[in-house]
Amino acid sequence: MNESLSPKRKVYGVLLQGFIFLCTGITVALLVGLLGYIFYQGLGHISWKLLSTARSALEDTIGILPNIIYTLYIIFTTLLIAIPIGVGAAIYLNEYVVNKRFVQIIEFAAETLSGIPSIIFGLVGYMFFCQKLKLGSSILAGSLTLSIMILPTIIRTTQETLKTVPNTYREGSFALGATKWYMIRTILIPSSLDGILSGAILSIGRIVGESAALIFTAGTGYVLVKNYFEALQTSGGSLSVALYVYVYEHGEFGVGFAIASILMLIVFTVNVATKAVKKKI
Amino acid sequence: MKIRVMLEKVMNVILCLSGVTAIAAVFVISLYMLINGVPAIQKVGLVPFLFGQTWRSTGSNPEYGILPFLLTSVYGTFGACLVGVPIGLMTSVFLAKIANSKIAGVVTGAVELLAGIPSVVYGLIGMLVLVPNIRTIFHLKTGTTLFSAIIVLTIMILPSIINVSVTALKAVPKEYEEASYALGATKIETIFKVSIPAAKSGIAAGIVLGIGRAVGEAMAVMMVAGNVANMPSFFKSVTFLTTAIAKEMAYAPNGSLQKQALYSIALVLFIFIMVINMVLNILLKGRKEK
Repeated sequence: MNESLSPKRKVYGVLLQGFIFLCTGITVALLVGLLGYIFYQGLGHISWKLLSTARSALEDTIGILPNIIYTLYIIFTTLLIAIPIGVGAAIYLNEYVVNKRFVQIIEFAAETLSGIPSIIFGLVGYMFFCQKLKLGSSILAGSLTLSIMILPTIIRTTQETLKTVPNTYREGSFALGATKWYMIRTILIPSSLDGILSGAILSIGRIVGESAALIFTAGTGYVLVKNYFEALQTSGGSLSVALYVYVYEHGEFGVGFAIASILMLIVFTVNVATKAVKKKI
Repeated sequence: MKIRVMLEKVMNVILCLSGVTAIAAVFVISLYMLINGVPAIQKVGLVPFLFGQTWRSTGSNPEYGILPFLLTSVYGTFGACLVGVPIGLMTSVFLAKIANSKIAGVVTGAVELLAGIPSVVYGLIGMLVLVPNIRTIFHLKTGTTLFSAIIVLTIMILPSIINVSVTALKAVPKEYEEASYALGATKIETIFKVSIPAAKSGIAAGIVLGIGRAVGEAMAVMMVAGNVANMPSFFKSVTFLTTAIAKEMAYAPNGSLQKQALYSIALVLFIFIMVINMVLNILLKGRKEK
């Protein structure tokens, strides 16, 4: 068939096909190049001392243990706040609201939230949580800000699984005399656990990579604290924020790449975990 | 029995509250942006604020003109799209129409990882790889330029464009393409003259999503653009709307006109993003109705 094509059409086909392959090649090469460079520069700088100590001005050493702990605290606190609200919202949208218009408004609000850039979240979080509610620059203020940011993700993923629960389950439960909340608690929430989980994992990826929203709200603290509750009230920089501070303000590129490698390992794990959960659904 | 009825009512209220949290959040964010953003614009004047060419927030005779930031954000985003859209679109054509499922899986995985790279990591690599190389290649005094920022933004918007476009291209009805084959068109001709035009609103949505991402990006751009309030020029250090806020937030005194002006920049950025979101919504809705 190809032989019957005019030369012009042949050239057109070959050129465009080449262009498609070239562009795909660029995309893949970018990722491979970026990952390779990060690990090449970073893995060598990861040392036990870096991971297990705090930054010390006295000995002039840098350690990121507090930042690792802060990141975990921020993830934990944010999910603790956002998951109940997000799952609640999804259940409310799917099971309670009869008014279609109201559903649309809530969904529109969630979409709007997911489009707002993180620096705006940072600013409003700073004005509302840090100043208005007087939480100051703290892990709690940062986590509250991030919970609003990841709320749309949790709502969406939970809603998706709720929609897959067959109506007969609900009807069967009602027929046995269950009240609505009892049905939700015993039927819906257990069967949508996978969706909630995938929302949580996606959110972890987002939280770990976040910097602009946290820098104004949780600050850049790097002091080791005694326990979780003390941390909630102190300023603490997550790993991403620490990367920014060390690289941009101190010119410590080695530490920067070490943190970048750790971040990429987390991102990689998050991607694999998301896929695994999706497969289960 | 009574407890169960009570529980029902309480849970109903709690779930309703969770449902309206998103609305409340959008409301509070808009309200705060307006309340805090308007005063400085009133003091400086809307026209001098938006179209003033000098930003000198510190010093004895401060001037608050954000035209340099506005134009930089527009140019930077436009530049990123100019390079990012063809690459992204072609990659999505490859994923949706050409690759077999095994290769498509690998490339999709790569795109997903690309989307997961935190913006500070992009900034770090930009600082270490792009900035020095651009300085030596183009013989500049400094490598922190609009050009460096455009390259970083191009890479950052690729995943948004690719993900949405792939979905749109896959949704093109098979009949369209089969009809084109039946008329004697080759595969490439079918892709470019039938599939892409048929998926254009979805592809447009992907591009708009990318634009939103580029306009809102702060940290990566902060690390490579130099943050000088110049009018945009390809090989000069520039400040974006986002970085204008980020760079002075930390040290602007509370209640000063400087800080208020930063909130006003945020308001402008917020309106920008809202318009972009609206366009995105219209594009995506149009697709659903089809």
